[in-house]
Amino acid sequence: MTLREQLREKISAAFYRHGLLCASYPVPIILFTSASILTCCYPLLRLPLPGTGPVEFTTGVRDYSVPSHEPQGDLGERPDWYRGPPVAYIQQVLVKAAVSPWDSSLVTVDVFRSPLGRAFSLLEEIRNHVHSDSLETLCLQVTDLFPGLRRMQSVLPEHGCLLVSPGNYWQNQRELFDSDPDLLKTIQKHEPQRPAELKHLLFGVPGKYTGVSHYNKKKVVTYTMTLVLSRYDARFLGSLRARLKQLHPSANCSLRDDHMVHVHFKEEIGIAELIPLVTTYIILFAYIYFSTRKIDMVKSKWGLALAAVVTVLSSLLMSVGLCTLFGLTPTLNGGEIFPYLVVVIGLENVLVLTKSVVSTPVDLEVKLRIAQGLSNESWSIMKNMATELCIILIGYFTLVPAIQEFCLFAVVGLVSDFFLQMFFFTTVLSIDIRRMELADLNRRLPAEAGLPPPKPGPLRTREAPPPPRPSPHTITLQTPAFRNLRLPKRLRVVYFLARTRLAQRIIMVGTVIWIGILVYTDPAGIRTYLAAQVSDQSPLGDPGGGGLPPHLGVAPVFRGGDPTSTLGINPAPAPTPIPDNQSQGHHGSSRVGPLPEAPPPSVPQITWGAEDEEGWRRLSFRHWPSLFSYYNITLAKRYISILPVIPVTVHLSPQEAIETRHPQDTKHPPPSIPKVAADIQTDLTLYKVAALGLAAGVLLVLLLFCLYRVLCPRNYGQNGVTHGRRRRGDLPCDDYGYSPPVSEISPLLLRGHSMDIECLASDGMLLASCCLAGQIRVWDAQTGDCLTVIPNHGLRRSSSSGCWEQRDGWESVSGAAETECLGSEAHGSSISGDGLSEGEGYPLRRRTAPSRPTLFTDQPDLTPLIDTNFADQPPSHLCTPPREGFDFGGLVERAYMEHEPPSASTAGTQATADWESSVWAMELRGNLIAAGRSSGKLELWDAVEGSLRCINEDGVSGITALAFLNNRIVAARLNGSLDFFTVEINKPLGLLQYRGAPGRGSMPPSPCYSSEDVISCQLTRSVQCAHQKPITVLRAAAGRVVAGSQDHTVRVYRLEDSCCLFTLQGHSGGITAIYIDQTMVLASGGQDGAICLWDVLTGSRVSHVYGHRGDVTSLVCTTSCVISSGLDDLICIWDRSTGIKLYSIQQEVGCGASLGVISESLLVTGGQGCVSFWDLNFGDLLQTVYLGQSSDGQGVRQLLVLDNAAIICDFGSELSLVYVPSVLEKLD
Amino acid sequence: MSVTLTAMSDSTVTSSQQQWLGPGQMPRPSRGPYISVITNRTTNLLIRGALLFSVGVFLALVLNLLQVQRNVTLFPPDVISSIFSSAWWVPPCCGTASAMIGLLYPCIDSHLGEPHKFKREWSSVMRCVAVFVGINHASAKVDFANNVQLSLTLAALSVGLWWTFDRSRSGFGLGVSIALLATLATQLLVYNGVFQYTSPDFLYIRSWLPCIFFAGVITMGNIGRQLALYEYKFIQEKTHQD
Repeated sequence: MTLREQLREKISAAFYRHGLLCASYPVPIILFTSASILTCCYPLLRLPLPGTGPVEFTTGVRDYSVPSHEPQGDLGERPDWYRGPPVAYIQQVLVKAAVSPWDSSLVTVDVFRSPLGRAFSLLEEIRNHVHSDSLETLCLQVTDLFPGLRRMQSVLPEHGCLLVSPGNYWQNQRELFDSDPDLLKTIQKHEPQRPAELKHLLFGVPGKYTGVSHYNKKKVVTYTMTLVLSRYDARFLGSLRARLKQLHPSANCSLRDDHMVHVHFKEEIGIAELIPLVTTYIILFAYIYFSTRKIDMVKSKWGLALAAVVTVLSSLLMSVGLCTLFGLTPTLNGGEIFPYLVVVIGLENVLVLTKSVVSTPVDLEVKLRIAQGLSNESWSIMKNMATELCIILIGYFTLVPAIQEFCLFAVVGLVSDFFLQMFFFTTVLSIDIRRMELADLNRRLPAEAGLPPPKPGPLRTREAPPPPRPSPHTITLQTPAFRNLRLPKRLRVVYFLARTRLAQRIIMVGTVIWIGILVYTDPAGIRTYLAAQVSDQSPLGDPGGGGLPPHLGVAPVFRGGDPTSTLGINPAPAPTPIPDNQSQGHHGSSRVGPLPEAPPPSVPQITWGAEDEEGWRRLSFRHWPSLFSYYNITLAKRYISILPVIPVTVHLSPQEAIETRHPQDTKHPPPSIPKVAADIQTDLTLYKVAALGLAAGVLLVLLLFCLYRVLCPRNYGQNGVTHGRRRRGDLPCDDYGYSPPVSEISPLLLRGHSMDIECLASDGMLLASCCLAGQIRVWDAQTGDCLTVIPNHGLRRSSSSGCWEQRDGWESVSGAAETECLGSEAHGSSISGDGLSEGEGYPLRRRTAPSRPTLFTDQPDLTPLIDTNFADQPPSHLCTPPREGFDFGGLVERAYMEHEPPSASTAGTQATADWESSVWAMELRGNLIAAGRSSGKLELWDAVEGSLRCINEDGVSGITALAFLNNRIVAARLNGSLDFFTVEINKPLGLLQYRGAPGRGSMPPSPCYSSEDVISCQLTRSVQCAHQKPITVLRAAAGRVVAGSQDHTVRVYRLEDSCCLFTLQGHSGGITAIYIDQTMVLASGGQDGAICLWDVLTGSRVSHVYGHRGDVTSLVCTTSCVISSGLDDLICIWDRSTGIKLYSIQQEVGCGASLGVISESLLVTGGQGCVSFWDLNFGDLLQTVYLGQSSDGQGVRQLLVLDNAAIICDFGSELSLVYVPSVLEKLD
Repeated sequence: MSVTLTAMSDSTVTSSQQQWLGPGQMPRPSRGPYISVITNRTTNLLIRGALLFSVGVFLALVLNLLQVQRNVTLFPPDVISSIFSSAWWVPPCCGTASAMIGLLYPCIDSHLGEPHKFKREWSSVMRCVAVFVGINHASAKVDFANNVQLSLTLAALSVGLWWTFDRSRSGFGLGVSIALLATLATQLLVYNGVFQYTSPDFLYIRSWLPCIFFAGVITMGNIGRQLALYEYKFIQEKTHQD
């Protein structure tokens, strides 16, 4: 055994054990696998989402300098894109404005009209700010808008500073703003074209935070003014910041302003780039579709396909996760390489695995099926994986970084894919197969056929099985009633619903989603609520604070306290230096007046929180690229620097708001303003409702679960019929406990022969075998019962009468008077009528085993055993092995045969030659056995009664081959001559009136002879020197006899007139195998390894191929292909019409060369102690059936396929009858 | 198992190829509607050709898009025109060429008498197309150190493609010869100034072009063979029915 084979076996054994493990503990293994997938994917959480999300980098403002273009060595954390000046610096001025205190006389428009109006003065302030430089010199000068954006010309600035603010809606002109009757309409006007984008751009905060709407409960309006600078001038910005803060101080604003964020934008994926990407994905999906389409013969095709896709996808995720874990950050564009990774990893293994598992015998236990399927494919899987790894490793050494990274991912992905295949997919497959098996079991119950399913709706009702494919040997297990059952459509819909449990599943899924939504929304709400509470109340707990910072959204309970004093006394501590505090006092004092009369909840509070610090984060990440893209500036692969925001707080008095009111504003019907006071109340009720809903959901789920449990048998996974018919211990095991693929096909051993079986013949009903000892046994091909034994020496010649007298010691019935004398020379027939055995009926059907010999009344004389006449041994014992001498069983048997009291002495001298002539060829038709002996005699035996019916001694040369067709027998002799015999049946006239022929007409053309018939065998023609050399093969079919000889030629004779039609020349060696069938296809194989296909009608050669190194030992044809086996242990399958080799199967060394075709697609070959079944379409080994426990030494040399899907093969001195139902079941 | 078997049979096929005397000609069943078979044949051929043509045009458009390097603007007003950025005659040329190749492959197979039996499945074909697009992708997107490395890598990838999905000598030979022809044609076109490459490094063209051509020929051949398999099956069924 070579190292490779050892490795192969080890791998196979390991896979077998693994398959057993997986199928035994499916749930723990799936849990384990899911856990490991999640663990491996965990590092992915830290990755930015794949795609074109921007990357940020934060630096300090104080020591900022424009980074140089050259990469600097020591900057570890500095990203490599942070080089050179940015495209622009973004300075945002975040304005929060509110009319305070809120007066009940105000209308909703006042919430935002006057605050927005303040933008214009702020703009003026910014534009006119001068500090050594004016804004004009610093800001980013833009030119035309992008040509496609003419509509936005009125809104976006052109030919000047890029400074956007809500004022752009009114061309930055206060007059237009003031005369605008409906602000919201103006704002919304631009929406349809660019949904929501323009509003975001101009306001600089997401729409819902702006507060520009009629339903603004907080009554705070937020907007930004975005200033885009091309240069960074710290002094200018500093003074601008100071100035704005001075003008509009933000009390208690704790925003940090010492950080500058640089945002790097990756390459944008345009539509043009998307097209190739989409194409690759389409190809990928087509690939997945075509791959998963091949999954077949499983319970749930979709489930398995999903499992396969999940396997591949999660292996990819695992590979990325693992690579990230070990510090490899993926730099490739994930979306782009993903399809290629999937294609590289592939779904093939999964499919191969599935196919292998489903092609194991269905009646095995699931565990064993999985294990077998795994171990069958183990070698190819390992080999493929090794090859792929090698290829990828080669790719790794291309030293191109991108390819290296791809290869790295692919390697890790392959390994994790293997892991998942082995654990996840195998387990899923085992579950699926188990389900299918249960389905099959239900299907096979014939009692249920045609009846409505015995259990109501939610139980599994099996779908009607697909109609079985017509196959000659398909064994259908369903009753025809079930097959014809056509359910009405309505019922089928109901069954479908019941089968898939659609309603339950939808309800379950709906509940789960609902609960998920509840859980998702509720805690978040509670959390924010609690957080708000805590932040509100924390100052109370602060012993040193002594007051209430007014900037916090104080609950109204505390409002009535002493807000004004705290405002004045305790400004909120701010980390940033607030230049001027006095305006706050001013504001505070301005609030003093209205406060007492204003209802407490009506004071809008302006709060500054951490979320305002980088308000731009709340915008879409495409905010800045789109802004710049309007001016045809791309940010792809470049970065911008966002400066700390300048907070501006504006408080407006109600008088101011009323003054700026547009006349039309009051005409609007005041929309119902929800009471602010009710906010908390509604919140509380909301939470109550949510809690109730949660409880109800949990209750519902529990209820459904209980219902499910009650209605569904919970144990349909375990309660199936246990398939413990065969345990592992029963099987031939290797020393490491690995049992070869288990088969439920148990061969039926036919024992009885004492020596190796030499000839085998069958006509479908009967089976005749002849062993080297010369004993012929006839078996029932259906049951394997031994019907008749024809011993070698039950034959006596009574020299005086010239008749053959046959005394059958076994047949007590016929022992009465059944003696037949057949004239050997004259071919005449003389009836030594018996007529007494009439009562036996049809001998063919007789099942009763012949009664045992009455040995004790009739003891044989063993003296002839002492045979000293060695010189008489004919030298022509070609096939008899020397061990014959030791086979006393045979001798003793012979002695029993010989025991023939009256004539033994007279027979002695003449019978010796006959004893030693062995049977070289045998054929069986009807109930006649034709046996050709080495002495040249042709004998016809009655197969059922074991009586000799006829003998012909015309030839002296040994008969090497026989063909028996209809009533013709063709015998090929050792000297190359070919004899044609005709079998004639003469029914005794006297018997005809009694017996008629009831039922005989039903017998197939092979005639059946009753024991009364007188059968004669006449030599009609003898073709001397049909071949120059011995004839090796003789086949007859379709009225033709084909003889192949060692003289390299094949001759075709017509059976009727024994006329030679063709001499086919083409081989360069002796002919060793011939196949001819009813369709006149003739194939011949020779010692030169060539196979010729001939047209029998014309005698022309159709094709000529060389397939084997050495003799062609066997040839079989199906309608589409030719199968040949040779001495080189190769089985080749050829396309019959073209003569092209489809594939070949390498068999083990020294195995038998016997072949048989059971159906169009099922090939059976004999091996060492086993027979193997192959799928002809794919060349897959379907099953190997071991004939015996000790499989070594004896090969199957002959193999016959019977009509009833059974095969007969010889196995040493035994015959094996193998029925192949389970393999055939696979085929339907 | 099946893979090893096919591999083995494949190797034995190549070893026994020299001894073929000729394609077997089984007598075709003469009865039956011969005319309809003929028309079916031609319509089949036309359908196959049209399919291959459209696949070729589509791939040409998509891959050309890959090759066109440019700055991506956000709202390119000419997205549609950028798809057709190359001259109008390029996609039809590619389509015609692919149709010819796709029809030529099964034809040559049947003439040589060795039908392609290796991995005849649509999933394999899809895989092949995906790898082909990937090769194009790599040639367009991956930054290589120099052109030699790029060309060598692509050549290796192309040969790998052939080995993975084709493995027939006729396929290899046809691929190489068509690739050489196409390269020559491109050289002539560029020489005559019909169009040009941005940075030619192999006379007038990019040196990876032959590899791409080769991979494309293999891919189209694969598709063509798979399509021809349908016709074969169809005819077989037809004869069965007859």
